[in-house]
Amino acid sequence: MGVIAGCKLMVKGGFREDAAGILLILVIGIGLALFGAARAIDAPFAVQMWTMLTGFLLGAAAILYDFGKGPKADASSRYENGVVKAGVIASMFWGIAGLLVGVIIALQLSFPNIFYFTDHGWLNFGRLRPLHTSAVIFAFGGNVLIATSFYVVQRTCRARLAGGLWPWFVFWGYQLFIVLAATGYLMGVTQSREYAEPPWYTDLWLTLVWVVYLLVFLGTIWKRQEKHIYVANWFYLAFIVTIAMLHIVNNLAVPVSFAGSFSYSAFAGVQDALTQWWYGHNAVGFFLTAGFLAIMYYFIPKQADRPVYSYRLSIIHFWALIFLYIWAGPHHLHYTALPQWAQTLGATFSIMLWMPSWGGMINGLMTLSGAWDKLRTDPVLRMLVVSVAFYGMSTFEGPVMSIRAVNSLSHYTDWTIGHVHSGALGWVGFVSFGALYCLAPWLWKKKQVHSLALVDWHFWLATIGIVLYITSMWVAGIMQGLMWRAYNDLGFLEYSFVESVEAMHPYYIIRAVGGALYLIGALIMAYNLWRTATSKEPAHVRAADTPAAAVAAE
Amino acid sequence: MWKFHKWFERHSLILLIGILVVVSIGGLVQITPLFFIESTIERVQGVRPYTPLELAGRQIYIREGCYTCHSQMVRPLRDEVERYGHYSLAAESMYDHPFQWGSKRTGPDLARVGGRYSDEWHRAHMVDPRSVVPESVMPPYAFLERRDLDTSNMQAHLQANRVLRVPYTDEQLANANSDARAQAEPFGADAFDFEQRYPGVAIRDFDGQPNRVTEMDALIAYLQMLGAGVDFSTYQAEAPENLR
Amino acid sequence: MTYEQATQFAQTWGLVLLVVLFAGVLVYALWPGNREKFKRAAHTPLDKEGDDGRED
Repeated sequence: MGVIAGCKLMVKGGFREDAAGILLILVIGIGLALFGAARAIDAPFAVQMWTMLTGFLLGAAAILYDFGKGPKADASSRYENGVVKAGVIASMFWGIAGLLVGVIIALQLSFPNIFYFTDHGWLNFGRLRPLHTSAVIFAFGGNVLIATSFYVVQRTCRARLAGGLWPWFVFWGYQLFIVLAATGYLMGVTQSREYAEPPWYTDLWLTLVWVVYLLVFLGTIWKRQEKHIYVANWFYLAFIVTIAMLHIVNNLAVPVSFAGSFSYSAFAGVQDALTQWWYGHNAVGFFLTAGFLAIMYYFIPKQADRPVYSYRLSIIHFWALIFLYIWAGPHHLHYTALPQWAQTLGATFSIMLWMPSWGGMINGLMTLSGAWDKLRTDPVLRMLVVSVAFYGMSTFEGPVMSIRAVNSLSHYTDWTIGHVHSGALGWVGFVSFGALYCLAPWLWKKKQVHSLALVDWHFWLATIGIVLYITSMWVAGIMQGLMWRAYNDLGFLEYSFVESVEAMHPYYIIRAVGGALYLIGALIMAYNLWRTATSKEPAHVRAADTPAAAVAAE
Repeated sequence: MWKFHKWFERHSLILLIGILVVVSIGGLVQITPLFFIESTIERVQGVRPYTPLELAGRQIYIREGCYTCHSQMVRPLRDEVERYGHYSLAAESMYDHPFQWGSKRTGPDLARVGGRYSDEWHRAHMVDPRSVVPESVMPPYAFLERRDLDTSNMQAHLQANRVLRVPYTDEQLANANSDARAQAEPFGADAFDFEQRYPGVAIRDFDGQPNRVTEMDALIAYLQMLGAGVDFSTYQAEAPENLR
Repeated sequence: MTYEQATQFAQTWGLVLLVVLFAGVLVYALWPGNREKFKRAAHTPLDKEGDDGRED
């Protein structure tokens, strides 16, 4: 009904540029997806096209249905909060999904006889591992970044989100990207480029969504009521722009057919390896660092009710960080067939990177100076601050591991996995959780989160989980590295490879337990946020929030 | 200088361009020389493009995410060279779109696994890894020997590679689909022609099912050629042109 | 292009350029005249006017 009414209304002149633009994209998409499904040369491609088609049709129906409800009174709120709320929910959902897959693959390596199924190859480690990494990085992390950036840019620019329905296009378009990537991995659709596994058509779709994301973000900055662009927005902007650059270059490929999921990378061998790790390392640098530093620069001052420790430091460390990070990729390729000058260059910049990283950490931590007592009473702030401590820890560990001598031991071992997770669980996870705990009561107009005691539980479960995870992986990784290079008295290699695999068993179990604790913490959080959002307490209007008269002018 | 920074703070587009310039420098300085400095890839004898069956096997290797646990890059460290063989050369992956160097060794390096085990061992290992290596944590891949290999698009696969300057001949291109089967059917009608097109390549029934060409055939064919190509008797590691 | 040519440039003009750029950022951030401006900027997220706790 609503859809039909919406069609009529659009024809009659309820025309709006944003809705029409999105509809145009969706209609083109529907045509291409139908064509692809009909001509598909491999079965997974057909399934992916039907998935796309379903997404586009749902999108079109939603837009027309929304129109069918008739013209809306201009939103009285100064800011667009709906899409941020959706982002909070999506973050929580994908976060739990990604962590769950992580626990499953940890169990697979611990108990291969129980957690592998001969008749279900799609549940094998090789297919679930990209699912886990993409789910936690892009689905969870990406949604947190999109949601917080939409929230922060409005507040710090004092302007409503630009683009009408376009932010919603970004949100749902991004979810479609996640679904396409995830279901693709399960069917074996992958380019084998770590953290860039989605195939060429999914990459193209993400490119479109990302360009719109950039325009919405910039458009909001253009409307701002403040002269100065707050530093958090610089980090968000660097994250959006650089990820676009990395994504496009690293995914250059020649498809086997425009109706098939296969493609061949534009580069080969050594050039391909460096391009991929230039991407891979800067996915860490700009997705998992710059973006989340933006969160730090807004949410820690906000929650602590103190301005950032040093705004000057933030400027210096911004430029230093984005300049230095991009060079560090080759440290993933030490002792490989990559020319040594490139390896040395990468290692040198990785070590220099320690400084701006700690500049950021100091800025985050010292924001609390004079208010350290808040850490005792406010578990949300504690989560945010501990995330910065973990950031400091892993950005120290990283440069150490980029030294060639250390890397010759650590590379290819579980030490790397531990390092990644101290950053991912400790820094990215905790700063995201902290931001989400802040956002839920702010967005759903509650005095505070449903239960601070549960936040405490989450904090401690997750912290113990991280400690179990990273300590077991340190031990496992260093042991692996030492076993591989151990010689006996006769000058022969002491251990066969599989003996090192066998030695991992207890550590893999401890790692799985750590991951499970972290997952339980996230489940507690989901319950807590759900109770916060649905609580019956009357809307909490912050005294200071009373909008200024100028608000309506927006 | 400092006056200009005001622009960054006031003008989002200038900030954006500033960011783009700053983040481009590192990549430009590191990646572009790799395409232009001649010594990046050694000149060696024996590296050839993949046969259609091996290429199909490589796609299965990628599809199953083997790279998440196996590297294909032997580092020039004493223990690795003794465990796996000669350290990997850049030339050995010059036709690899994409590279498969990997980043993690949950299982051993595979850069030189070719010829190290029998086809039968690979088959048993893939069907049930723990029947051969009790301590293994590798997933089972029994389904590979039950699935017939789709060879209908191999010509398009070779064509895409040729666009990327992998030197396939017109003849190899034209016969790609049938060649994918021919390599696994030593007594088939096309075996002789295949051998002419790809001299010296192993032609045999890799999966122990002579009447079928399965995904197992393709994957084992790929694994059995890994690292076996370079003629190290003609390669002088210490020669000036090979020092990088 | 040879390796020598590439490093020659990197170790001379390349180095000078990057040092100058970094010095520029440093001088700007520490310039005394900018102190007030940064102080205001740092308070952006805390400015209550920017908040909005009301229903849509």
